[in-house]
Amino acid sequence: MTTIESTPEAVVAAPSGSVDDAGTVSWLDRFIDVFTSTDHKVIGRHYFGGGLAGLLAIVVVNVLIGVERLDGADTVLDIEVIPQLLDAQRVGLVFAVMLPLAMAIAVAFVPLQVGSRSIVFPRLAFTGFWMWLGGAIITVVALVNNGGTLGGDSDMVDLFIVGLGLMAIGLLASAGSVATTILTTRAPGMTMRRVPPSTWSALVFSLGIVLVMPVFVGTLTYLFLDHRNARTGFGGNEGILTWVGWIFTQPATFLFAIPAIAMLVELFPITFGKRTPARGVMFFGLSLVGLAALAGVTQQNLQNLPWAGSQLSTSNLDEKARDLVPYLLFNALPVLGALLVLLVGLQIARPTDGMKVNVKPAVFFGFFGYGMVLVGMLGNLMYAIDDAGVQGTVFEEGSLVYVAYGAVLGAMGALVHWAPKLWGRTINSVAAIGLAFLGVAATILATFPLYIAGLLDQPAGVAYDDSNLEVWNILSLVGHGLMAITALAFVVVMLGSLLGRHDDDDVGDDPWSGQTIEWATTSPAPRDNFVDVPIIHSAEPMLDLRDAATAPTDGSAS
Amino acid sequence: MYALPAPPPPAPQRQVLVGVSLAVMAAVMMTGSMLAVWALQRREAIDFEGSWLPDGVTIPEVPTNVMLLAFIGLCVFGQWAVYSAGNDDRGHTILALGCTFLVGILVINAQAFVYTQMGLGIADGTYAAMFYAITGFFMLLMIAGLLFTTVTAFRFIGGRTADRELLVAHALFWYAMSAIYAGIWFLVYVTK
Repeated sequence: MTTIESTPEAVVAAPSGSVDDAGTVSWLDRFIDVFTSTDHKVIGRHYFGGGLAGLLAIVVVNVLIGVERLDGADTVLDIEVIPQLLDAQRVGLVFAVMLPLAMAIAVAFVPLQVGSRSIVFPRLAFTGFWMWLGGAIITVVALVNNGGTLGGDSDMVDLFIVGLGLMAIGLLASAGSVATTILTTRAPGMTMRRVPPSTWSALVFSLGIVLVMPVFVGTLTYLFLDHRNARTGFGGNEGILTWVGWIFTQPATFLFAIPAIAMLVELFPITFGKRTPARGVMFFGLSLVGLAALAGVTQQNLQNLPWAGSQLSTSNLDEKARDLVPYLLFNALPVLGALLVLLVGLQIARPTDGMKVNVKPAVFFGFFGYGMVLVGMLGNLMYAIDDAGVQGTVFEEGSLVYVAYGAVLGAMGALVHWAPKLWGRTINSVAAIGLAFLGVAATILATFPLYIAGLLDQPAGVAYDDSNLEVWNILSLVGHGLMAITALAFVVVMLGSLLGRHDDDDVGDDPWSGQTIEWATTSPAPRDNFVDVPIIHSAEPMLDLRDAATAPTDGSAS
Repeated sequence: MYALPAPPPPAPQRQVLVGVSLAVMAAVMMTGSMLAVWALQRREAIDFEGSWLPDGVTIPEVPTNVMLLAFIGLCVFGQWAVYSAGNDDRGHTILALGCTFLVGILVINAQAFVYTQMGLGIADGTYAAMFYAITGFFMLLMIAGLLFTTVTAFRFIGGRTADRELLVAHALFWYAMSAIYAGIWFLVYVTK
């Protein structure tokens, strides 16, 4: 039984809606089509829009928190607003920024990359997006009206839990659709070893979501019913973070950054004009990052290494092994996975004879995004060691923001790279490169000072006693401000590039000399993606074609 | 635009079976997490209060055990439908799906009986809230399963008898439901 029943004829069919004599579709029909379409590219664009809107909102929240931290002994904002802001930051970075952007990459581009005419269960993916959006709106309404984990309004706390649950179920639905697409509708000849890095990362990410989100929703169900009725077993609203806080922190967040990590090895082969070596190592590395799902399925906030002072010796080795194994499994293996991906990336970038470097704007986003996520992962590796003395400080927030902003840069890279397939236009290259540098500077400024402040014992939250810490908080505020500018400028540049009129509207089907089969179809991709789904003979089918076209002809053949 | 060679139309690739497998995986994860939290709360309640089951509440064991036995029937009927479809026996396939539906109704009826016999209000404490959360989710899955059975049956009645994959997915769903209920039965109804 197949759930994709579209025909090649539909590829050239006119858009739905009434068409007048001049062949134009009315704006109302276009509007309705945008909001009711089950085309995966449209759903992916919705997720991108939602994620970027969430980013704009959350950087404002981060700026407000930064302003509040300028003076650790005094409050600038209403003291009752601060818990809502801290909630909004944590929930927003994960559920309104990282998750929708990662899902956007998966939904919008994976069917194109595997040579599928459509996403499998398109209505499920469509429903998933609208559930996520509904849940996000409900969560914002609850937070604004004194809900959240430290909220004072009981009904709004209930609404907050419902909003979180709806977002989780929506993302779960879309993830199921993505995973089924990758597992069942690959082009003929595309074995799992031949799928592109982004597709593999989308598979790991979506399977991780299928494993983790039900655990989250199950616990939320308990929290909702207990909070609505007895309020004795789960600690009321303050217990929410105790029971489901694991999803808003590391290492669970690594799972949501996997598509951003994969952008490095997606873009490096194009940049350096080479085939990807050691694909098995790369896939293994991305899968190791997926081990972050363990934190979700075991509902663990922190798998720490509880050794300090005199315990740092070789005594009680059996007991220490029991501490070390979960620490390594939860925290270190994802880092090892990310390093393996980097190793493959470096192997691609290794200078060789005749290598032509073809730098495109997306690679800056991909490289910087990967780097920021890796620094966040390394920070978490240190955070979990008790003897480092940073637990309970802003160090953890620094790690979270590193991973989240890194994931944002990766998603921006994906948008810049695949914009021709979504809109038939490229995003202004010069502006994009500038924004990539601004974005990485913003991320480092926003987060590295928090690492330092954490090492200097600035407690989590907004209050602190030591006035020497102010300078780090000022730098962090500047970083968040720069990220706000980056996010806004990216949206403006993107809209300007996509909506403005240019002389060079025809970007061609393969503007970057891509290697994977999405570059074989037209720009923008038609509704059913491919007129004819091609046969795949290697992991880089487009490179095969170019090599065949440029190979010297054999004289003896004539 | 480069022209890659076009292949013959691809064969159907078990999308429904893979999709149902993922859905089942999600359902098992959700129930598993709820049972894990249940076990944790139960242990804490016994450590601090001496008991987990509220005073005056009795779990009717006959219907809960009957439900467990009913799941054997659900698995057998689900597999019978697969077997009959494999033999192109449309009549027996529809009969097996009908039996699956009826036994599913039996399970829902038994669970409703358990609710009425226990006389537990949802606001009667942590145990009650958690009991209704986990059994309520189980009921939701049962209703989804009955809808699945109904849709599958109507497709066969309508003549789409070549759809064996759907029947395999349908049987897989009921196997997974049996595992889910076995967990609930042991932890909620037997261990108490």
